[in-house]
Amino acid sequence: MKWLDEFRDPSLARPLLDRIGAAAAGLPRTSLMEVCGTHTMAIARHGIRGLLPDNVRLTSGPGCPVCVTPVGFVDHARALARLPGLVVATFGDLVRVPGSSGSLAEQRAAGAHVEVVTSPLAALELARAHPSKQVVFLSVGFETTVPTVAATLLEAERRRIPNFSLLCANKTLPAALALLTARTELSGLLCPGHVSAVTGTGLYEPLAARGVACVVGGFEPLDILLALALLLEQLAAGLPRVQNAYGRVVRAEGNPLARRVVDQVFCACDSAWRGLGVIPGSGLTLKPELRQRDAAARFEVEIEPAREPEGCRCGEILAGLAGPRDCPLFGVSCTPEQPRGACMVSSEGTCAAVHRYGEAGAP
Amino acid sequence: MCIGIPMAVTHIEDRTATVAEGGLSLQVSLALLEDVAVGDYVLVHAGFAITRLDAAEGLETLELLRQAGIIAREGGAD
Repeated sequence: MKWLDEFRDPSLARPLLDRIGAAAAGLPRTSLMEVCGTHTMAIARHGIRGLLPDNVRLTSGPGCPVCVTPVGFVDHARALARLPGLVVATFGDLVRVPGSSGSLAEQRAAGAHVEVVTSPLAALELARAHPSKQVVFLSVGFETTVPTVAATLLEAERRRIPNFSLLCANKTLPAALALLTARTELSGLLCPGHVSAVTGTGLYEPLAARGVACVVGGFEPLDILLALALLLEQLAAGLPRVQNAYGRVVRAEGNPLARRVVDQVFCACDSAWRGLGVIPGSGLTLKPELRQRDAAARFEVEIEPAREPEGCRCGEILAGLAGPRDCPLFGVSCTPEQPRGACMVSSEGTCAAVHRYGEAGAP
Repeated sequence: MCIGIPMAVTHIEDRTATVAEGGLSLQVSLALLEDVAVGDYVLVHAGFAITRLDAAEGLETLELLRQAGIIAREGGAD
């Protein structure tokens, strides 16, 4: 089979929309949330919100790892980038995120060495190829990405490449999901497809036990419509549970090998999320025996006091409490060309999605 | 950053696979996935294969979708 084309077949969309309508008909005002930047973008791109019944509200939560990383991380990365002989390697998303007084892109324009990579392995290769430089990889991402960084670090150890370290800002979702479902009126969760491919589906069971419908969904338009239909049908039947609608990629047990690799490198810590505050146990830090690979420990730098852009409502948007159009900066002083906050600059940011694709139906 | 692309494994050497799809070909690490064979489809993310795609499950999902379409077209109660 071709893995994408079939799940884009428009002739199969109508029956799914009918199912959504039928299930929603008997429901009160219902709030669903997705917590994956790729879902955010796909939903916006295909105008899915506009196709939903009026009593169904689909919000975006903190699904964009770049967006939930506090501004202080960018400030720290900029301070490292100013060190001579140091290369900051990063996923492209982070380069234009504004820190307290500028972005990494601006630091690069001022002479700092900032390299965009699409894989942490490329950052390691930079370190191998340039033994006189120190390479720091900005490690941002949820459970999908964390194993790739862990595997890279183990490779650095195995090949004895000393000039490679990480600035860690990785986060894990379970604690954030528990907080969101406790704090907001959430009836259903569109669970992230690729995070679940690694974690498995068990982590959503506590949410279902508290009455939240959970469906793991893929990213093609039909995948999303199917997941939304299943969520509403669960709620209509009064039987919230964990359902996997992305079986071609996600297994209930996830990827145990990937999790074992992560356990060799990272351990849990408290972590600050833009918009949600500090969530205990929601972050990852290097295990003590790998401390020398922590750029925060290896390099002493002065970091400016953190300052969020004035008027920016990224925090509330990430918690699903406001939409992009509620922000006074949206489309005025904050645009994709001149972003003020992370939600606009990230390729998976809620504000970027709404700005690019418009929004039929309020979030 | 959840972007993951399904790609076909065309060649394996040690713990590195060559994967290809739609004219694009790249090398990915198999450090996170065991028992990968040439011909398998894997999900590629940040330079790694992070999971294997299951054709049977994919076909089953498609069949569910098609059934929903058939039932709707025949005007039957769902």
